[in-house]
Amino acid sequence: MEKYKMHILICGGTGCRASASEAIQNNLQDALKAKGLEEEVQVVMTGCFGFCEKGPIVKILPDNTFYIEVKPEDAEELVEEHIVKGRKVMRLLYTDPDKKEVISDSKNMGFYKKQIRIALRNCGFINPENIDEYIATEGYAALGKCLSEMTPQSVINEIKESGLRGRGGGGFPTGLKWEFASKNDADQKYVVCNADEGDPGAFMDRSILEGDPHSVLEAMAICGYTMGADKGLIYIRAEYPLAIDRLKVAIKQAREYGLLGNDIMGSGFNFDVEMRYGAGAFVCGEETALIHSMEGLRGEPTVKPPFPAESGYNGKPTNVNNVETFANIPVIINKGANWFNKIGTEKSTGTKVFALAGKINNVGLIEVPMGTTLREVIYEIGGGIKDGKKFKAVQTGGPSGGCLTEAHLDTPIDFDNLLAVGSMMGSGGMIVMDEDDCMVSVAKFYLDFTVEESCGKCTPCRVGNKRLYELLDKITEGKGTKEDLDLLRNLSTVIKDTSLCGLGQTSPNPVLSTIENFYDEYIAHVEEHKCPSGQCKALMQYVIDPELCVGCTLCARNCPVDCIAGDRKEAHIIDTAKCIKCGACMEKCKFNAISIQ
Amino acid sequence: MAKVKSLADLKKIKEELHAKMDLREKSNDPEAQVQIKVGMATCGIASGAKEVMEFLIEATAKRGISTIVTQTGCMGYCYAEPTIEVTIPGKEPVVFGDVDLKKADEVIEKYIKQGELVDGIIPVNYKTIDN
Ligand SMILES: Cc1cc2nc3c(=O)[nH]c(=O)nc-3n(C[C@H](O)[C@H](O)[C@H](O)COP(=O)(O)O)c2cc1C
Ligand code: SF4
Ligand code: SF4
Ligand code: SF4
Ligand code: FES
Ligand code: FES
Repeated sequence: MEKYKMHILICGGTGCRASASEAIQNNLQDALKAKGLEEEVQVVMTGCFGFCEKGPIVKILPDNTFYIEVKPEDAEELVEEHIVKGRKVMRLLYTDPDKKEVISDSKNMGFYKKQIRIALRNCGFINPENIDEYIATEGYAALGKCLSEMTPQSVINEIKESGLRGRGGGGFPTGLKWEFASKNDADQKYVVCNADEGDPGAFMDRSILEGDPHSVLEAMAICGYTMGADKGLIYIRAEYPLAIDRLKVAIKQAREYGLLGNDIMGSGFNFDVEMRYGAGAFVCGEETALIHSMEGLRGEPTVKPPFPAESGYNGKPTNVNNVETFANIPVIINKGANWFNKIGTEKSTGTKVFALAGKINNVGLIEVPMGTTLREVIYEIGGGIKDGKKFKAVQTGGPSGGCLTEAHLDTPIDFDNLLAVGSMMGSGGMIVMDEDDCMVSVAKFYLDFTVEESCGKCTPCRVGNKRLYELLDKITEGKGTKEDLDLLRNLSTVIKDTSLCGLGQTSPNPVLSTIENFYDEYIAHVEEHKCPSGQCKALMQYVIDPELCVGCTLCARNCPVDCIAGDRKEAHIIDTAKCIKCGACMEKCKFNAISIQ
Repeated sequence: MAKVKSLADLKKIKEELHAKMDLREKSNDPEAQVQIKVGMATCGIASGAKEVMEFLIEATAKRGISTIVTQTGCMGYCYAEPTIEVTIPGKEPVVFGDVDLKKADEVIEKYIKQGELVDGIIPVNYKTIDN
């Protein structure tokens, strides 16, 4: 058998592929062939390393060298220098933004130091299109162990003992959910994997499916075994073509090996998986809406109970779990509940994957133990705020979550702590904001999203959110009053209390949390008609400082609406009522006399 | 591909595939392995460093020593090529010169396995070759 001396891992995630990781792979292979090294160096395309912003990523083993922003043209140099001569290509290594030192081993990067990778264990490590690599790293061993050594109830007990809670947002204990589904007798039951992932900016589930699709298939089969289901369905949005491809390849390979299908590993247990495609409506991630969408009905939520565990897909008992939840299952079975429940906090065990975004140095996909503080995530893993600006807020939980402040930075992240401070875990979006972000506009952004995504079935959500949006819009236009703030609060509470599904029940959270945590900023908008961060265009005013103005007339000659008056060598003045805020005058003034207030 | 018919089958396949992934797993934790760097600049290759590297990879694998063998550029000891640098976990790196297959064998048996010193050590006044 071939035994390679070195492995070159190339990220084949959506982010890096967009910037030509396939061409890099081809060029590397050509360069190796030219040197007669193709038998000695293995080139592997893996899933996402998480450091997408600096992609494409190429990692060379065994010395664990982490190259960033690699271009197809760099392939020859990498082979010639690193592979043949054993010299690292310095210009492609990562430089720590703080200490300015070059780091070659990714283990020493602040980005990776605090991470523990369970759900992402194989992302950036194995070739997701090769089932052999999955099997070689304990793949399907958990399914084998369950089928041959454990009863369905003992598997459920193990998951309960592990403390695993759903990663799709709700945080419901997974073992308990499986137990409900197992107790309901029926001629047919279903296991559903929720891969709808509708939060703006979220891509944890996509990365898992692209980088390690077998882990989800294996976990679905284990779930099927516990509840007595022989059919699994993956509901995935059609906008994830690469994840869909990788899943299809994985399903085909698993069937060929007999790891899906009839009589799996001689146990008599049958299980197979099919795919269902969603059109990308956020509400279809809600489990009842998701089930209706799979049945070919409109993707609208219905009242629970009945819960899917009683009456789900086609009226049969159905267990719905999130992608990341499933990805944890094989590890829990292999390493044991008592290994897993020591990671994280008492009530939130294990890890959580976050998509770190916004005004932060290291944007990317991270997995940290529950209980890690927001400060550690933002400053140590995220490398701090971009361009040395000041931190202002961090938004967790997407459209259902809230904005947290400086005061919350030392809060250990887990399901209950985030709820207690007015946000939530959600599916794992984390957006960092700096001093330039206007919190009223942030709330408006999320409301705009919910208004668009509300299915319209119930009035409080359909009409209420629209009214919330209009009020926020009015405030950003400088026409808001203090009474509007009370109205926002009252309406928010009504929407939360009376909406049918989770979408409406949580959509006012961004409004409530920003009013709570950034009250001064709202007050500035409604009382002084000012936007402290200068984001609300309607509230900006261009003014000329008479002390600095020398009366050169340049601004007046460049104003498209002729709203600047003043004689030569006299201080000029802007008619703010007529000004259209184009900024031309400020750009022209050579004396810095014009500013925004 | 043959079907996986039992857990024993799966374990067998896993064993067979393991060697392929071994290098990747070891790379996750290089500090826990014996690390050997082989000088592979022009003069090193001319004096047989490639063969020595191959031998080190195979011999350590056969003898069950968890090792990462990498190549490195010019080590600055042209007069004593091939040179290798050996780092046993928790110890300072040691450089050996004039390593032929026989010497390589001796380094594995005596230095790596038993911690005894072997002739041919080049005194080093630097920490390690890179990072
Ligand atoms: C509006 C809305 C959108 C949701 N979107 C998703 C989603 O994209 N992915 C997901 O796994 N769960 C989503 N959920 C949660 C699901 O309803 C369900 O709780 C989850 O899939 C259960 O899996 P878990 O227990 O493994 O978290 C959403 C819920 C609501 C109310
Ligand atoms: S709360 Fe909103 S999304 Fe949910 S059912 Fe009502 S209208 Fe539809
Ligand atoms: S360009 Fe500047 S200095 Fe000249 S008139 Fe306008 S504000 Fe005054
Ligand atoms: S911002 Fe534009 S419209 Fe307003 S005063 Fe300056 S140039 Fe005129
Ligand atoms: S897609 Fe390549 S690192 Fe994420
Ligand atoms: S070229 Fe051989 S040690 Fe420098």
